[in-house]
Amino acid sequence: MKILVAVKRVVDYNVKVRPKSDGTDVDIANAKMSINPFCEIAVEEAVRLKEKGVATEVVAVSLGTKQSQEQIRTAMALGADRGILVETDTELQPLGVAKCLNAIIAKESPDLVIMGKQSIDGDNNQTGQMLGALSNMPQGTFASEVAVEDGTVNVTREIDGGLQTVKLNLPAIVTTDLRLNEPRYASLPNIMKAKKKPLDTTTPDELGVDVAPRVQTLKVEPPAERSAGIKVADVAELVEKLKNEAKVI
Amino acid sequence: MSLDFDSARLHNPFLTEDHEAWRSQLRKFLDSEVAPYFDDWDEAGKIPDEMWKKAADVGLLQLGYPEQYGGISEGIDLYHAQIVNEELGRIGSAGGIASTLLVHGIGLPPVVNFSQEHIKEEVVPKVLSGEKRISLGITEPSGGSDVANIKTTARREGDYYIVNGSKTFISGGMGADWISTAVRTGEEGPMGVSMLLIPTHLEGVSRTPLDKKQGWWCSDTATIYYDNVKVPADHLIGEEGHGFLVIMNNFNSERMAMIVNMEACARCCLDEAVNWAKDRKTFGKPLSKHQVIRHKISEMKQRINATQAYIQVVTRELSGGRGDFGDIALLKVQASETMEFCAKEASQILGGASYLRGCKTERIYREVRVNAIGGGSEEIMRDLASRQYQL
Ligand SMILES: Cc1cc2nc3c(=O)[nH]c(=O)nc-3n(C[C@H](O)[C@H](O)[C@H](O)COP(=O)(O)OP(=O)(O)OC[C@H]3O[C@@H](n4cnc5c(N)ncnc54)[C@H](O)[C@@H]3O)c2cc1C
Repeated sequence: MKILVAVKRVVDYNVKVRPKSDGTDVDIANAKMSINPFCEIAVEEAVRLKEKGVATEVVAVSLGTKQSQEQIRTAMALGADRGILVETDTELQPLGVAKCLNAIIAKESPDLVIMGKQSIDGDNNQTGQMLGALSNMPQGTFASEVAVEDGTVNVTREIDGGLQTVKLNLPAIVTTDLRLNEPRYASLPNIMKAKKKPLDTTTPDELGVDVAPRVQTLKVEPPAERSAGIKVADVAELVEKLKNEAKVI
Repeated sequence: MSLDFDSARLHNPFLTEDHEAWRSQLRKFLDSEVAPYFDDWDEAGKIPDEMWKKAADVGLLQLGYPEQYGGISEGIDLYHAQIVNEELGRIGSAGGIASTLLVHGIGLPPVVNFSQEHIKEEVVPKVLSGEKRISLGITEPSGGSDVANIKTTARREGDYYIVNGSKTFISGGMGADWISTAVRTGEEGPMGVSMLLIPTHLEGVSRTPLDKKQGWWCSDTATIYYDNVKVPADHLIGEEGHGFLVIMNNFNSERMAMIVNMEACARCCLDEAVNWAKDRKTFGKPLSKHQVIRHKISEMKQRINATQAYIQVVTRELSGGRGDFGDIALLKVQASETMEFCAKEASQILGGASYLRGCKTERIYREVRVNAIGGGSEEIMRDLASRQYQL
């Protein structure tokens, strides 16, 4: 069984990003970049399936600038067998990414695609779903448990109000939620070995995909600063203020 | 530009993708396996035994040692090791963890570089896998700076050396299975000094803990006594009378490790102080808007920059097989003074909060002195440098 995992290069979750002063984007110059935490969970799940003998090969794919190679190498240090970079300097949006991944699926014919439910930069939460539609594969999103058996996969989904388990025929697409697993850290020997694992590069053009942005960003600004609260003496004052000042009751 | 730990690092053109990959994974290891427990280990006065195995699993123990003995050296350079000492500083360790979990960093190189082959094969793989531990024993109750005048003797008798004397301030000494020990085998002065690998299980070896220290609480520092200890002669490290050379060879890498860690600790204090200064309000505005505080922050950054730049230059020299003894000695002073200054200023900015345990600045502040004294004191470092100037 072959598993394809998608990994994205994003600003490290520890970095506090701020909007640029001209409001065109956030300022990420010199910021530490990492693999998107949800993608890391996807890699971990794929590697665990391989360790259990369920999967035989794990292929990590990333889309983005040349530097995204670093995140593919990280995935390989964590246990992926090889990597594919779809290199482009174009600003990527979910639809373009889903189309490229669909083209990779056509080439690689994986039995299972595991990806993050969202990336912590754009927080779009769309790519997995779009890929499901484009590839005509069943999807199990927000997974907190994944169990593969006889040509199917049971995905336990975190939904409002509880857990839902769906059974999908393979090949299928799974997007990971936070509680699926706790990713390991790669050891120094594995980091060194990852340098020798194969990493192929292609481009959206070669895949025949148009990744031109469909959504235009008009403005990026910080959330409005909250003004300080006040203390009220009693319930009566609270009700009075809610009625007359806040005008919410 | 912000002044968090990573942003306050000057650009280093020699750091590659590989180095950063190691940093990221190591940081994860430290953030999940070390940082949350560090205060408890300090209070308990020890690091749990299972940490040695964990450190070996991530590759920390093996870094830089020859592959044939279970080390990791292919593709590894000085920067990989520096990242370890830097990341330890990031979690607020000014030597406590290094002098315990990674104390083989000073105890093992003499064996790797100068011991007989069969001894290397017996010792090195076990230390690198975390199964056994090794420390370095130079300092004696009568003094540590004047290495050429050590008093512990090793008298040759047939196939053995008979060792008498004592060593003190030995980091990791309570848990060590072996101690690379400086002994006197000959005449007075440096030419009479040899290095001998002494197994601590031998009859006549006893030890007592030095557990009431200002800092490095998690480290099992010891005084070791040797009473007619019979050490097999093949445990001699290098040749008889060449001990001083072995020791001096070791000092450069020990000092560089301390230097990199001290700069990182200074930066850790800066990070903590800046975060606090932006949040804390006094006299109607954030601390960071008061000029006195802003200037403290600038001066911290100024000294940190200077130390980083100096580290970069010396590391570049060392990578090229050069590296000047005197320059490294002075860099150690630069680093301990910078750490001292930043720990002090951060403490002032944090105010009372910095006086409570659990604050990284608090620990770093109380670990300033051991860094300014151990591994060659500031006075000795300046003296060592000045001797090279034909004054
Ligand atoms: C927590 C801790 C852990 C340590 N771990 C180890 C270890 O693992 N292995 C090991 O071998 N040692 C270890 N040391 C010992 C350390 O290396 C020594 O403390 C250091 O070398 C200084 O030696 P000393 O304390 O005997 O001071 P001394 O040599 O007695 O010197 C006392 C003071 O006088 C100054 N001084 C000495 N000579 C001169 C001079 N000629 N001119 C001007 N000033 C001078 C020194 O700078 C120092 O400030 C450790 C020390 C500490 C505190």
